Amino acid sequence: MKKSNFRIGRVLGEVLVFAALLAFLIPFFLVVVNSAKTSKDILFDTLGWPADWSQLGTNVGLIFGNHTVHYASAFLDSVLITVISLVVIVLFSAMCAWALVRTNSLWSTIVFFLFVAAMVIPFQVLMFPLVRWMRIFGDFAHVPMLQSIQGVVFAYIGFGAPLSIFIFHGFIKNIPFELEESAKMDGASEARVFFMIVFPLLQTILITVLILNGIWIWNDYLLPLLMLGSSGAVQTLPIAVTAFAGAYLKQWDLILTSTLIAMVPVIILYLFAQRYIIKGMIDGAIK
Amino acid sequence: MHNSSPTKILFVLPALFAFIMVMVVPFFFGLYYSMTDWNGVSETINFVGVVNFLTVFTEPAFLNSFLITGGYTLINVVLVNVVGFILALIVTSNLRFRNFYRAGFFAPYLVGGIVLGYIWQFLFNNALPTLGKILGIDALQVSFLSRSESVIWAMSAVNVWQYAGYIMLIFIAAIQAVPTSLMEAAKVDGAGYFRRTFRILIPMMANAFTISLFLTLTTSFKQYDMNLTLTNGGPAARFFDEPVKASQLLAMNIFDTARANQMAEAQAKAVILFVALVIVSLLQVWVSKRREVEQ
Repeated sequence: MKKSNFRIGRVLGEVLVFAALLAFLIPFFLVVVNSAKTSKDILFDTLGWPADWSQLGTNVGLIFGNHTVHYASAFLDSVLITVISLVVIVLFSAMCAWALVRTNSLWSTIVFFLFVAAMVIPFQVLMFPLVRWMRIFGDFAHVPMLQSIQGVVFAYIGFGAPLSIFIFHGFIKNIPFELEESAKMDGASEARVFFMIVFPLLQTILITVLILNGIWIWNDYLLPLLMLGSSGAVQTLPIAVTAFAGAYLKQWDLILTSTLIAMVPVIILYLFAQRYIIKGMIDGAIK
Repeated sequence: MHNSSPTKILFVLPALFAFIMVMVVPFFFGLYYSMTDWNGVSETINFVGVVNFLTVFTEPAFLNSFLITGGYTLINVVLVNVVGFILALIVTSNLRFRNFYRAGFFAPYLVGGIVLGYIWQFLFNNALPTLGKILGIDALQVSFLSRSESVIWAMSAVNVWQYAGYIMLIFIAAIQAVPTSLMEAAKVDGAGYFRRTFRILIPMMANAFTISLFLTLTTSFKQYDMNLTLTNGGPAARFFDEPVKASQLLAMNIFDTARANQMAEAQAKAVILFVALVIVSLLQVWVSKRREVEQ
């Protein structure tokens, strides 16, 4: 009697959890379904199944073929900016964190403290002076920092460094120094020790740093808006999506499809790497 | 024992240089600009002292934004952490397909604020009213975004949807770090499920709560992207008999001020946001840490 009660309770619990998950995922479902409808069908049959899935292809075609918003090039710029920034952030932050952990001196303490303290600074207090300063700096160095990919990547390195270094720092502290010491005894240079011994050990935490920065950079809006402008030659997807929604007010077929296109790369990546992503996030959560 | 060396200094420099150029230098410029007459157009910038700070505090729109941002943050901190904690409890129990559920609940965190805002604008303005019509529920037929008394709650609901899964992962890490023997021992001693959760589990994961509270507090306080595309500040409301926007959070108020070429005032508001954020988060971490020690 008691055992069957227990079983009923268990099944009921699982049904409830499944219902909660469905509720969580309904917004995604509605975006996909409505991206495959005409503007009229969305208004008159919002919750229904699409009449013809080929409309999804038509909508996607309308977006990539649009002449006011260059969606394809924004897509490409977003991929470029995200990938280059991630590679450079991971490399420079890991190098910096290792050097800070393996240096016992006043300057390394001060530098690390600076990075940690900077994490509370909201972007709002930096954004307007940043644009002005980047123009001055770019003119001085003869490298355009505004409306250019290198400018945005440079900014992401600076803004991404504090958290990335903080996470790497916590991880490297727990790597036994003996490993590096024996390599040093064998005559390896410090740079060699880092790249051959330390860097390969960072793999698990590297995934965490990549995910956190990747989600942020791919979706970021204000920094690219301010540094690239809303109608410059270089654009990112979030800017293109707002441009689209601004130009085609309440045309949900186009707006929803454009949001779907912005989400698809992340979701595909997530479907494949979901296990590592969840594990990486949990491992890095309280370090 | 670990000595400084040219290689190590060389390793620190690239990240440090970028960091100084985009964060440190603009930060000090920002402090200075907040005390000038900078308007973004004129090339000459003159020092005017604390005038901007005095002006912005007499602005009803700014005070209103400050107030609703505080309320919005409070609602979020409570809801995101409660929902995140319940989700973490569920997916660390002996449920089948645990990893599948973890992945599903985390998925909304992948969606950026801009995209998120449009999606939920559609859900609130089109999908929910349609559902209301089908089910005959009058309350659903008028969008929650068009009513000044419900718009902040609607934004919080979206925020919970986005962040609960992320906070869940932090709690999962903490729950897994609590020794199972401890929970087993309490069970043998006759402590029920709720007693075990509140008396042992929650105190043991105080560190995770410090982190999750800090994260939810700072992200809500700085929120802009979702605010822009979900409501763009609307609908209209009144604050001390002055027309204001019912859902214009602080970050949006700052951006809109700058757009009106009042760069120095915008910068002063940003400095106020920064100071408020530092005070509130220091207080939160201090209180949380004191609790951690007490346990």
